[in-house]
Amino acid sequence: MEGVPSESLREGFGGLETASSRAVAATPDPAGSRLRRRKAIDRAARWIITLIASTAIAAVALIFLFLAREAFPILTSAAVHEEVTLGKMIFPQPWREGEPAYYAWQPVSKVPKYSLLPLLVGTFKVALIALIFAVPVAVLGAVFTSELAPRRVREIVKPAVELLAGIPSVVLGFFVLMVLATHLQDLFGLQYRLNTIVAGIGLGLTIVPVIFTLSEDALTAVPQRYREAAFALGASRTRTAWSVVLPAASPGIFAAIVLGFGRAMGETMIVLMASGNAAILSWDPTLPVRTVPATIAAEMGEVVVGGPHWTVLFVLGVLLLLLTIGFNGLSGWYVRRLRQRLGGTS
Amino acid sequence: MRLERGILLFVAILALASCKPPRRAEGRDPSRGPSTLTIKGSDTMVMLAQRQAEAFMEKNPGVSVQVTGGGSGTGIAALINGTTEIATASRPMKASEKAQVEERRGRPAVEHAVALDGIAIYVHESNPVPHLTLDQIKRIYEGRIRDWSEVGGSPGRITLYSRENSSGTYAYFKEAVLEDEDFDPRTQPLPGTAAVVNAIARDPRGIGFGGIAYGGGVRALPVKKDESSEAVVPSLETVTAGTYPISRKLFMYTAGEPTGLAAQFLEFALSPEGQQLAEKAGYYPLRPTNRE
Amino acid sequence: MIEAKRYRKSTIAFATLSGSGVVVILGCLALILVDIFVNGLPQLSWEFLTQPPRDGMTAGGIFPAIFGTVLLVLLMTIAVVPVGVITAVFLHEYARPDAWYARLIRGAVYNLAGIPSIVFGLFGLGFFIQFVGRGIDSWFFGGEVVWGQPALIWASLTLAVLTLPVVIVATEEALRTVPRENREAALALGCTPFEALWKVTLPQAAPGILTGAILAVSRGAGETAPILFTGAAYFLPYLPTHPTDQFMHLGYHVYVMATQSPDVEATKPILYGTVLVLLLVTAALNGLAVWLRYRLRRTNP
Repeated sequence: MEGVPSESLREGFGGLETASSRAVAATPDPAGSRLRRRKAIDRAARWIITLIASTAIAAVALIFLFLAREAFPILTSAAVHEEVTLGKMIFPQPWREGEPAYYAWQPVSKVPKYSLLPLLVGTFKVALIALIFAVPVAVLGAVFTSELAPRRVREIVKPAVELLAGIPSVVLGFFVLMVLATHLQDLFGLQYRLNTIVAGIGLGLTIVPVIFTLSEDALTAVPQRYREAAFALGASRTRTAWSVVLPAASPGIFAAIVLGFGRAMGETMIVLMASGNAAILSWDPTLPVRTVPATIAAEMGEVVVGGPHWTVLFVLGVLLLLLTIGFNGLSGWYVRRLRQRLGGTS
Repeated sequence: MRLERGILLFVAILALASCKPPRRAEGRDPSRGPSTLTIKGSDTMVMLAQRQAEAFMEKNPGVSVQVTGGGSGTGIAALINGTTEIATASRPMKASEKAQVEERRGRPAVEHAVALDGIAIYVHESNPVPHLTLDQIKRIYEGRIRDWSEVGGSPGRITLYSRENSSGTYAYFKEAVLEDEDFDPRTQPLPGTAAVVNAIARDPRGIGFGGIAYGGGVRALPVKKDESSEAVVPSLETVTAGTYPISRKLFMYTAGEPTGLAAQFLEFALSPEGQQLAEKAGYYPLRPTNRE
Repeated sequence: MIEAKRYRKSTIAFATLSGSGVVVILGCLALILVDIFVNGLPQLSWEFLTQPPRDGMTAGGIFPAIFGTVLLVLLMTIAVVPVGVITAVFLHEYARPDAWYARLIRGAVYNLAGIPSIVFGLFGLGFFIQFVGRGIDSWFFGGEVVWGQPALIWASLTLAVLTLPVVIVATEEALRTVPRENREAALALGCTPFEALWKVTLPQAAPGILTGAILAVSRGAGETAPILFTGAAYFLPYLPTHPTDQFMHLGYHVYVMATQSPDVEATKPILYGTVLVLLLVTAALNGLAVWLRYRLRRTNP
């Protein structure tokens, strides 16, 4: 019944209008003016509703516009160019005399250094660790819950996942910082207590619910007759889940993973509290890491309004926005592919 | 059904209310009169200013002092725009900001030192290193000394902690100890002194710096100005006497020489009572010679 | 025979493996909750909930943070619920599902839901404070900064934009549960489409809409990153009473105490207490929404 009512209602409205115009002709004037007023209200309401419904579009447009507006001086302002240009942010710079060019993020310095690469590598690195932790847990959990588990287990797991999704990220960050980091350091004998792995696992905890829920949706979207066909061929429940349902749902699960990756890149409080925040250009997961969102959060509060540093932080915001929108779009594309695949085979 | 109607009414009221967002500022009257003073700025100095404000209000009934944080940048911006009488800053004001104050307020920004902040060097309590010289600290933070055994400790790679690069403590340490060289990129910047202490209490190979803090598991390392001088532990005596080498002043700024309530408050802040309150907030009183 | 054995073995292995996924999820959740409850529960007391912090946040309570959080999400709700509900009404009751404008709105909602919360913070700073706030100041206050600085109103509007998708999605789901016949009956009796919506559809969808509002409140109460530079204060000696006041906030308070306090050991119990309160508030709201939705689905199959 989804989507259908509006269509048929519209036809209903049409019929109604002719009926009421006949009524206008038959009744004396006062009732007619009341009807006119009611119809005017109806028309006004339609306009107002359409107008207010555009808020979401306006919001997205304004977010782009105003982030770009604050980031724009990076291209045009001479005052900003004294400290930083887009080229200096992208390419390695000979920051110190007599030394080869390198990447560095050190905005408060005699020569402020604003290389993007350490932050970008850090952001991807920590999001990857989050995926490595979250994907097996969430996807396997979703398969188990939707295909194998008895109903009673399902009724425990699903609210538990919702509860996990509802834990504020600052609380998770706190937990990782105060408790988890020490245990992990003792367990693996790491040099750095706050490092990429610790922050990645914290991030993983926030994206487990995202991946779990979307994967479960994808699995339940697989038509029941697929399973019945497998059972008829003598496959067990587990076998069916592994060889039939999981492959059929794979684009949806992939969409969930991509969306989870996007979320992990944009998450702020956990990495701010538990990642060590050192801007090191390295793929080593045992080192501390500084991500784009954590950099914005840590540095925005004290910078000079409208200055070069402020502009650079907004450039980081634009970059983060584009990256996450890109991953969102990719995820949406896979969801459509899932629908096509499941719809196409029927 | 009645419940649902109630919910609908609630939603309708919300809808109505949202149509008229309160866009008029009756509360913040710019001409508040002389009995109100606003202090705005550095989050790290909020506690200091707040304690002094409470005592000041107690001594001057009928006077109201509002203290808010938001960051040094926020406070200075407010000073530029005239929404605060006093701006607190954990970093010195930039030349461009001073120029803006002059331009917008027609008076130069005036700096008032109100307290001393001793920057302690923290290590894990089990760390056997007896003391460090300023030069050793510098080389450790530049990444030129990488192992504790090089400075008389037990072998182990040094883990570096600092404060966030937006903080005044970071800027001061960089200038005074690192002589404006850059930190080793492996330095982990943390958002506050508590975070530094917390990190080092859990890291036997860690070293960090920050304001005076109390916490188990760490100790403040004695610091030597150079090879030949004595190792000094940060304390009330050593910081105020100037023998402890790493300390800085904390500032409050006004646009032009302070008048009226702002002048009274700054006078109170520098009085023995005000200075004692600074000590309670984790800072040190100014040396007598600093009191102008 | 061997084939069958291997088959069964691999089956069991997969079942165990996938089951362990669930175990890890439940285990992590239990670990977090137990740690926070064990350390935080002894701290909860009437004083803790009703007193302001004292002695540099090493003593006293967290009342201003609770008050600020409640006020923040209240303002946010006032802004987001009408807009979200109306958008959902447009999408579900007025627009054809395949109309380009409806698809554009759906795309915007989908993207809005995926934008990182810190970007909303930047947006609040760049749009609400620097543009709207400064605009009001230069038009009505001759350039004096009243609205163009971090404030309660800007933080709550920022959060309203962030939670808009939550309300829209929940409301659409609620509208779907209202049988088509009810609308048609209203129209047949001579209602205009708006009257049918106002008198029949919306009242019947109200519990579902309420669920969405509660979910939005729960999300809004827990978000910290968007309010970092749009209005949250480290410490305030007074309670916010005006839209341009700054405010204290539970999430920000946790962040501040975990990183800034001068006395780590003395702060720790308060810190755990604050975390517990924040967790209880968001979990209770979430639980309420889940329960409402569950009841709703049962009564409207």
